[in-house]
Amino acid sequence: MAEVSRLAIARAMFVKDVRVEIRSRVVAHQILPFAALVMVLFAFALDATNVLTRVAPGLIWLAVLFSMIIIVQRTFAVEATDGALEALQAAGVDPVPVYWGKWAALVTQLLVLELLLIVTAIVLYGIEVRAGGIVLLVTTAISATCGLAAVGTIYGGLAAGVSGRETLLPLLVLPVASPVLIGATRAVEAALGTGGTAIAEGWPWLGLLSVFAVAFGVGGSFAFGPLIED
Amino acid sequence: MHPSPHDATGTVIDLHDLVVVLGRYPALAGADLRVDAGEIVLLAGPNGAGKTTLLRACAGLARPVRGGGTVLGFDLNRERDAIRSGVGLVGHRNGLYADLTVEENLQFWGATAGASRSDVAAAATAMAVDGRLLTVPVGRLSAGQRRRVALAVLVVRRAALWLLDEPHAGLDATGRDELDQLLRRAAQAGATVVFSSHELDRAQLLATRTVSVVAGRTEATNG
Repeated sequence: MAEVSRLAIARAMFVKDVRVEIRSRVVAHQILPFAALVMVLFAFALDATNVLTRVAPGLIWLAVLFSMIIIVQRTFAVEATDGALEALQAAGVDPVPVYWGKWAALVTQLLVLELLLIVTAIVLYGIEVRAGGIVLLVTTAISATCGLAAVGTIYGGLAAGVSGRETLLPLLVLPVASPVLIGATRAVEAALGTGGTAIAEGWPWLGLLSVFAVAFGVGGSFAFGPLIED
Repeated sequence: MHPSPHDATGTVIDLHDLVVVLGRYPALAGADLRVDAGEIVLLAGPNGAGKTTLLRACAGLARPVRGGGTVLGFDLNRERDAIRSGVGLVGHRNGLYADLTVEENLQFWGATAGASRSDVAAAATAMAVDGRLLTVPVGRLSAGQRRRVALAVLVVRRAALWLLDEPHAGLDATGRDELDQLLRRAAQAGATVVFSSHELDRAQLLATRTVSVVAGRTEATNG
């Protein structure tokens, strides 16, 4: 039997997770509409154009965060339902590429979600994307998504084998992900110019998001195996 | 180097005085187990006797607090990763993805073990997974068909030691007969099989040897 590269296992996990989503369409048919609904409800609740424009970046990332928790619960429910996660352990599959494969699949789904939410915010809230802010907006979305996906994958794995995981996961994820919520909101405010902030003010927040993503990405590589084991 | 069925010669399991504690209670209280290559060994005993824990210990999943030994030639306390890569454990659940087809499940598990597409096809054939089923989502299969796919996963992973926890559970009479045939075929192909069952009459016909598990100990062995 040939030795298996970590890349091959990560790719198999990524392809599997994306396939499961394409087949089940849970994200497409349930979570994307849920996120869009959150944005619509915010629009009704904060029924003043100037307020909506001002808080739109925060609302986008709140909707992303809530939706991510549902996606993570779903992706690990798929692993737990027929004992696949335990089967991966029992088969001695290296947990590091399992973590990265699931992380990549989550990043993909979150980026699609964020694109939808930004378009929704443009349509509903009347925000405008400045040409000079597009690079900051895109890099912020990527950095924040990488960090959120790292946190979601770590704690999703931790909660997967625990009873009451549906309520435990938000309690674990929300406090840890709060730096991403703050940093991404500030950076997107700068990119969009809401609240009169300049684009240059967003770059330090992007640095914070990058450090967060690297820290939790590396930490997750080491922690994921022991967390799902115990 | 991970073990393969071809490596599994001589003594496959040699465990002594195994104590495993779950919560505050010992699930195994000094169990011994010795299994030679090619055997089909039945673990018999009442509910809560420790059969599942013994199977999980053999798979390197339950940590012993006392005792030890070797599985596939690897030390149970120090080389659990190596043990796991050569062992296939099918418990009450099959470890499959309901939304994926049979072929996609086998490809996924094959990819985690470095198997080729031809290995996947051969595994499906070996476990009598009908070619027409390959494109069917696992969630639409019967319990017997799902169990066959789970066994095909063990083939595609080239597991040398098959540990099966009540494999007949949930199957109809035909499914049980088919399962017995597949396990005999796997043993003839070089796999060693250890399984638990409550259906002693049927299981003893399949097994080459029976080990009784009572109150966390392996009490009696007969041939």
